[in-house]
Amino acid sequence: MTTSDLMFDSNLGKRQRRAARFRRLVAGATWSGVVLLAVMLFHIVKEGIGWVDWQFLTSFPSIDAEKAGIKAALAGTIWVIGLTACISIPVGVASAIYLEEYAKPSRLNRLIEVNISNLAGVPSIVYGMLGATIFVRWLHLGQSVLAGALTLSLLILPVIIIASREAIRAVPSSLRQAAFALGATRWQTVSGHVLPAATPGILTGVILALSRSMGETAPLVMMGALTYVAYTPTGITDEFTALPIIIYNWSDRPQQVFHELAAGGIVVLLAVLLAMNAIAVFIRHRSQRNSP
Amino acid sequence: MSSSQQRNRREALVSWLLKLSALLSIATTVAIITVLAMESYGFFADVPLSDYLFGTDWSPLIEPASFGVLPLVCGTLMIVIGAALIALPIGLGSAIYLGEYAGPRQRNIIKPVLEVLAGIPTVVYGYLALTLITPALREILGTDNVGVFNAASGAIVVGIMILPMVTSLCDDAIRAVPAGIRHGAHALGATRLEVSTTIVVPSALSGIVASFVLALSRAIGETMAVTLAAGATPSMSFDPLQSIQTMTAYMVQVALGDAPVGTVEYNTIYAVGALLFVITLGMNLIATRVLRRFREVYE
Repeated sequence: MTTSDLMFDSNLGKRQRRAARFRRLVAGATWSGVVLLAVMLFHIVKEGIGWVDWQFLTSFPSIDAEKAGIKAALAGTIWVIGLTACISIPVGVASAIYLEEYAKPSRLNRLIEVNISNLAGVPSIVYGMLGATIFVRWLHLGQSVLAGALTLSLLILPVIIIASREAIRAVPSSLRQAAFALGATRWQTVSGHVLPAATPGILTGVILALSRSMGETAPLVMMGALTYVAYTPTGITDEFTALPIIIYNWSDRPQQVFHELAAGGIVVLLAVLLAMNAIAVFIRHRSQRNSP
Repeated sequence: MSSSQQRNRREALVSWLLKLSALLSIATTVAIITVLAMESYGFFADVPLSDYLFGTDWSPLIEPASFGVLPLVCGTLMIVIGAALIALPIGLGSAIYLGEYAGPRQRNIIKPVLEVLAGIPTVVYGYLALTLITPALREILGTDNVGVFNAASGAIVVGIMILPMVTSLCDDAIRAVPAGIRHGAHALGATRLEVSTTIVVPSALSGIVASFVLALSRAIGETMAVTLAAGATPSMSFDPLQSIQTMTAYMVQVALGDAPVGTVEYNTIYAVGALLFVITLGMNLIATRVLRRFREVYE
């Protein structure tokens, strides 16, 4: 059917019925997403909530499902994501400041921009191979918290840079011009005025990026991260396990009881992610209210 | 206050540090390419490139070893096709609904739901495929017909996973179509269906196509869901109800296995990783190209 056929159908009733059918179709497609989310969350909570108790949170992994817990995984995740934040936030924000406030249009800077958007599309498992080869093997960091955090930092840097650039770009240029007019240098302008104004936006992007890295499994698996770790890390050179890894390991077992344990782990992981997202939404909301 | 000379020195230092951070992203790309090239060079010293790219038997861990990558590519392709069949129509349909029909109240429900869907880690989707989708498929189609590990359940969850991405990118494209040309069509007596299919979708086509390509590239690189759900049997059967293996799932299998570092068996993951990187990078470049070349510009 060509455009003109569709437009010149003289039967108005038929056209309107067709339009009504189309409306139901796209509405159905949309609400199916909502229903899917509800079904999936219900399934996870139904399977897993019974396992989530104090003992589950404070026990080390065990082949005995009744005694198994996520203490090591939770501690490992906190260590790795904490260190990832320490590495990726300064570097990411610095890159964004450079690209927005310092870079003049040049071939190199154009290359950096294109490169960042392409890096954002590289599959996470490839970052895992990079980490496994460079950090674990070449630099002899082993399967340590540091190696994991460096790998995840490289993975989320493009996300942090892109979000921070948007936040910095949204700062009105009158603010900069006022600072320059008073004789401030570029860095004084950026550190004293642009960055404080862009902080809520940057923070939102950073939290979302970190929550993404918290759920990443493939990079850590490629690094050969361990499953049965019966201690919590005490430093950045210690070996570790993480929540998504233990969820993967439990899901991969044939026994039903381990699937339920996996669901318990997922409940904890999703709760942490939800809390982080709520903080991001709160920051965004507050800054929108405060700004004119 | 510090002297102007000190100030200038500090300014130069800061500017240099910031530039260094930005250059780290270039270094990352160089590192990825170097690692993949160097380590797969060792692999291709033992296995001819043509045997790898066009061979139809992938059994590197069993003697006699065979290194034809096509079964892994087939497995990945099945997941991508299945995911596309789910995510592209539903995603585009949702975007049309959001742009053309939904009021602000409905948007305020649907957008956060999509954000939550997009934020669910992939390992969770793997768990759901194993414990929710596969049992459902076996219930409907019969336990004998559907394997414990099967391509279909992997494809379904990957489809759900890329759905929010398709929807929000298509939504952006559709919202960029100026209201004026919609109003023009409505004024001429077109129904909403006719406005959507003859005005809005064609105008937003570059964005829609780009979103499809990006989402499929993401499906190709997807790892944990297909590793858990689709199995570890490289196969060219194209039977969605049986176990297959994707490129990513193979990489995980070797990384978790006991192949010693430096052997041909271990180096296979660099060859597979290099292929994966080239395919996804190619698709991402195509998407950017489509956006730039075919964008309809409205004044």
